[in-house]
Amino acid sequence: MPKRIRRPSSIVVAALAVLIASQIVTSAAAAQSILDPVSPTAASLKRLYQIVFVLGVTVFLLVEGLILYTAVRFRRRDGDGEPKQVHGSAKAEVAWTIAPAVVVLGLAAASYGPLLEQRAAPADALVVDVTGKQWFWEFAYPEAGVITANELVVPVGRAVRLRLASADVIHSFWAPQLGGKMDAIPGERQGGHGRNEMWFRAEREGEYWGQCAELCGVQHAGMRFVVRAVPELEFTAWLAAQAAPAVEPAPGSLEAAGRDAIAGLACVGCHVIDGVEGMVGRVGPDLTHVGSRRHLAGAVFENTPENLARWIDRPAEMKPGANMPALGLTPEQVEAITAYLLSLQ
Amino acid sequence: MSDPMEGGVVAARWRRGPLGWLATVDHKRIGLLYIAAASVFFVLGGLLALLIRSELWSPGYQLMGPETYNRVLTMHGTTMIFLFVIPFLAGLGNYFAPLMIGAPDMAFPRLNALSFWLFLFGGVFLYSSFLTGSVANAGWTSYPPLAGATYGAGAGIDYWLMGLIVIGSGSLVGAINFIVTIWNMRAPGMSWGRIPVFVWTVFVMGQMVLFATPMLTGGLILLLFDRNLGTSFFGSAGYPVLWQHIFWFYSHPAVYIMILPAFGVISEILPVFSRKPIFGYKALVGATVAIGVLGFMVWAHHMFTVGLNPTAQMVFLVATMAIGVPTGVKFFNWIATMWGGSISFPAPMKFALGFLSMFLIGGISGIFQASTPLDLQLHDSYFIVAHLHYVLFGGSIFGIFAGAYYWWPKMFGHRLGERLAGWHFWLMLVGFNLTFFPMHLLGLDGMPRRVSDYPAGRGWETWNQVETVGAYMLGVAVLLFCANVLLAARRREPAGDDPWQGNTLEWLTSSPPPAHNFHTPPTVTSLRPARDRRLGPDHAPAAREGGREPHGNAAAAPARAQAVAIHLPEPTPWPPALALGTTLLAAGLITTLVVAVAGSLLAAVALLMLVREDLALEREEGAR
Repeated sequence: MPKRIRRPSSIVVAALAVLIASQIVTSAAAAQSILDPVSPTAASLKRLYQIVFVLGVTVFLLVEGLILYTAVRFRRRDGDGEPKQVHGSAKAEVAWTIAPAVVVLGLAAASYGPLLEQRAAPADALVVDVTGKQWFWEFAYPEAGVITANELVVPVGRAVRLRLASADVIHSFWAPQLGGKMDAIPGERQGGHGRNEMWFRAEREGEYWGQCAELCGVQHAGMRFVVRAVPELEFTAWLAAQAAPAVEPAPGSLEAAGRDAIAGLACVGCHVIDGVEGMVGRVGPDLTHVGSRRHLAGAVFENTPENLARWIDRPAEMKPGANMPALGLTPEQVEAITAYLLSLQ
Repeated sequence: MSDPMEGGVVAARWRRGPLGWLATVDHKRIGLLYIAAASVFFVLGGLLALLIRSELWSPGYQLMGPETYNRVLTMHGTTMIFLFVIPFLAGLGNYFAPLMIGAPDMAFPRLNALSFWLFLFGGVFLYSSFLTGSVANAGWTSYPPLAGATYGAGAGIDYWLMGLIVIGSGSLVGAINFIVTIWNMRAPGMSWGRIPVFVWTVFVMGQMVLFATPMLTGGLILLLFDRNLGTSFFGSAGYPVLWQHIFWFYSHPAVYIMILPAFGVISEILPVFSRKPIFGYKALVGATVAIGVLGFMVWAHHMFTVGLNPTAQMVFLVATMAIGVPTGVKFFNWIATMWGGSISFPAPMKFALGFLSMFLIGGISGIFQASTPLDLQLHDSYFIVAHLHYVLFGGSIFGIFAGAYYWWPKMFGHRLGERLAGWHFWLMLVGFNLTFFPMHLLGLDGMPRRVSDYPAGRGWETWNQVETVGAYMLGVAVLLFCANVLLAARRREPAGDDPWQGNTLEWLTSSPPPAHNFHTPPTVTSLRPARDRRLGPDHAPAAREGGREPHGNAAAAPARAQAVAIHLPEPTPWPPALALGTTLLAAGLITTLVVAVAGSLLAAVALLMLVREDLALEREEGAR
């Protein structure tokens, strides 16, 4: 009996230890990992994680070791009499009350610095208004007057301050490599404290994935985004291009046909294209520069001509439950609208 | 009361057949009903879990669309918490708390029946939403506005709200019963310092239910108003985060409501199979009470991402970490109980050790999330899913199985098979870790919880597949347990009254116990009265045959004499009728008014009949 106890338990324990260790070592490969930080805010959380991890594993090994050791050493043997009846020991109990108290107080102290850091956005940070909508993220650069979706473009090395809001239900903005998550809560002034805010500073060029972390309805899983950190010059150019009105298609072109089609359809009720009369809806993403974006539909799909055409034609097939309706378009309309939208660089 | 009267009670109280069960007011039968109903819900909740794990086998949709997925995950969580763990532990408490304090029944037997039937009918009503085509889909936490009128269209969430109100009422009534029973009906000699630890945990659990459940019920009613009467407590004119405060003010204590009785089970099992007294009884009980109190001060640690100010966050951080201290005390006391003992490892002890090891991991992963800034990363990720399952499965469910194996011989008179139990244990331990350990890693890799689908290329596929395999192993493990139950019932190998050489009073009576529990009312002279009796009169005074024994506890004795006098009413169909009427009233309010009217009439009649029974009983006693 005791043999049976010992063998599989130690296998389980060893397997767990190997799993955990491999996790700490090989984290860098993952594209959305909290253990591969690119912002100081995320880096300090990784350090905090490692502190708690070392402490936690130490406590686990000690206590689990003690449990297994006790179980094996004091297993019943033939001819065992009644063991000594010990009812307690004040000294021991005081000791093992104080020991965990010291550990957890230490952890509380270690948490204080990172907690304040998450809130202390540098004064010169770039401000971006982030709005969660069922089911995509909208990013507005208030100073430049730019509104885009799915992709948050930021300059490398510069602090970015996010002001979070929601248009419908509670969402939660989470890009693990850039920092912790923060809820986007509907209502103008939540509890008198104003909007939730967070900040980060991308220290490396690259694409960092994130997604909504608070169950927000049918397409909660389809509410992703990517943060693209680019050099400052590229960012400035990008922002200027995004601030311009939509490109005017050549008269008589397929794109022009697409624009005319879109302006006469229900699309206008939910989308904005700056430069197309009557397109004023703020329910769906702003499409003024949709052709410049790499992802569509809550960053679930790449923005290829095929995906875009299918999305316009049969949205429910790609993203069940999404709010965009199928409008019963003709193949010609789909082709023209796709061409037009892709031309909106 | 004299023995002849008790004999009459036996005959009257244990009617055979399904009607006998329907009308029962016997705490043991009600306990078994709780256990049986909760087990059925456990299987349902487990099947929902297998659906979840199958859907997440790989990226893309395999089984169901995202809407169905959200319903499944909502009902999985709701079922496991409200319809399985809480009522199953209430069932164990119902069956064993009166036995362990030497009482003939709960203080209010008909109220006891009412709380069970409210739970059952409330649960059935909740599940009936599957027939309407609209099932709650906003998670077991149902945060508005997602669960509000605008974004939570359909009746599903109304069923959820009303179902929980009914179930919660049952739970509340049961809690009052536990508190009064344990306070008043202890056997002579059972002072507060001699109450078994399991009974203490049920006592503290009852207090927590009493304080926490009304808060939840209030919140549920407000949300119901928001959805159906156009109020805006949590809507655009209100404050959605307020719901989270109310919800977690109940639901965090609910975690301890689910774990404390499991702690109690473990605290009974470890001494018996180590052949030693529980180490540091007072500290263990003190830790239980401390957890019960601290449990009310930490609710906002579920809300570190809603934007609380840093001071509040630090306060909740420290309070949360503080719970680690009494929990640590319990762990060391448990280990010290085994230390120096003579430990055997039958099924209850295997599951108790499984509990210690798995709950240990759950406790440690909780410390990660108690750290506010770190929780900004871990919150709502798969890390938390791992943590909560290590606590509620590794803790509560391993505790439940430990208790089931331990008390099975007492409840049914025969033992469960040891060999099959061993397979069950090891398969469950391995399957559990395969299912839930990788969730920590997925959380660290940035996978959020409650997603119906996930993208390829994040490195999430492998662990998800490991988890799914583990989940099916858990399914097989539960099947092994069911097989064990069936085989043992066919074999009927008599277990005897005291198969484990137990310490507590339930082992002094027959297996299963008679309707009135003890032929001779027991007396208590120490924390381990059954052991005292076993070791004979030289060791401690045994209860004398017949007549009343000398009272060790002057306060408890008159209370008990009184209890015997009042508390053995006849079987009655009116508690289930009252529960049915209440449930129909609740159901009617969100469906058709006719049903509500019929329900209230039924409830009113049942109430009147219960009062009539009371009056008849009083007359009878006056005449005697």
